[in-house]
Amino acid sequence: MATIAAVIASTHHPFYYRASTSTGADRPPFADEWVAKIEAFRETLTRARPDLLVMVGSDHFHQLWLDNMPQFLVGKAPFYDGNFYNEEREFGLPRMRLAGHEELSGYLLRQGIDAGFDLAFSNELRIDHSITCPLITLRPQADLPIVPIYTNIFAPPLPQPKRFVELGKLVRRLVESWPGQERVAIIGTGHLSLELGGPRQFGPHGPDPEFDRKAVGWIASGDLESALAGVSLDSLWLPGNATHGFMDFMLMMGVAGENVKADYSDSLDLFHTMEAYFTWYPEAAR
Amino acid sequence: MSRYLLDKFLYTIDRDPELVERYRADPRGTVAWWEAERANVILNVPEAERSTWLAFTDTEREALATHDYPALFEMGAHPFLTLTLFIALFERDYAEPLGFQREYAARLSRFSLPYPDIAT
Repeated sequence: MATIAAVIASTHHPFYYRASTSTGADRPPFADEWVAKIEAFRETLTRARPDLLVMVGSDHFHQLWLDNMPQFLVGKAPFYDGNFYNEEREFGLPRMRLAGHEELSGYLLRQGIDAGFDLAFSNELRIDHSITCPLITLRPQADLPIVPIYTNIFAPPLPQPKRFVELGKLVRRLVESWPGQERVAIIGTGHLSLELGGPRQFGPHGPDPEFDRKAVGWIASGDLESALAGVSLDSLWLPGNATHGFMDFMLMMGVAGENVKADYSDSLDLFHTMEAYFTWYPEAAR
Repeated sequence: MSRYLLDKFLYTIDRDPELVERYRADPRGTVAWWEAERANVILNVPEAERSTWLAFTDTEREALATHDYPALFEMGAHPFLTLTLFIALFERDYAEPLGFQREYAARLSRFSLPYPDIAT
């Protein structure tokens, strides 16, 4: 059976790549601290010695569009190209190409559908910064095959928060039952409070530091009960109009397990949104 | 009201570098061309099998033709699509980093929760 080498949840700040690679007058004052935190976070994946990565993210209206919008989608392809013209334009992100792992993709699809999740699939998927950003931060050599899982946190009507948690629990169970020998890291990125295209965007902090403080506590302690009681599709508009991305964190809490404390947690208060980083090692808990 | 069509305009302009420049230079002309030629094309379907029913209201057409992003916000255009495209259009005109993004927020300051519905 496969081993879950690490479960990792984080934000996916598209400005990290440019901030971390800029020099001289272009380098923002917070870049050095940010890079130090990311390098420490990266080590939590490196030391888990993963062979392949299941990557949970959300397409930001790149390939997936309103004429045909899946709620949960698993990529099943031999390769995934990464990043789009408008992400190069706005964030300076590089083009990337990742190998896929069709066998695990196929297993998650078949078993997931049979378990009651009617997952959509894609045989030709270009991944965006929700997946490439954590690769840049956690595995910049981008040398491991991936299985991408996309969720809809963007285009209402959205699935309920509890469905994200249920999918996370299912992914955990399926990866653990997969008859491969690989060490699998499950990595997902979401948002804390975030406003995009609204009056609270690009402030000195995230739009709702109180929500962020609560949310970081829920994630670090695995407190799914409080997280599920504390948010709803309606309430998630309040901390910021893009805060439904928190449901990807809830999915990762489902992967990590109820009341399982993160083995590593860190955060960084930045302009626009708070960064947060969490790692669990399920192996050590056995 | 055709919130979906507003989003489709923003989405299809944003993903094409030539259309981004065309919309910056000639918003009214670009909107007129797009509505006549592109609004009914289903993105993953041959052009001959286009839709027959999509059109802007006068208010929507005018908001797009005048780059009026607060009006687009008010009509429930998806804020991520509007923001992304308008950064591409206007960030270059501001010397300070995030200068345009902050002005954008300020111009939306009259909106409070709940924001206009964006469901399509």
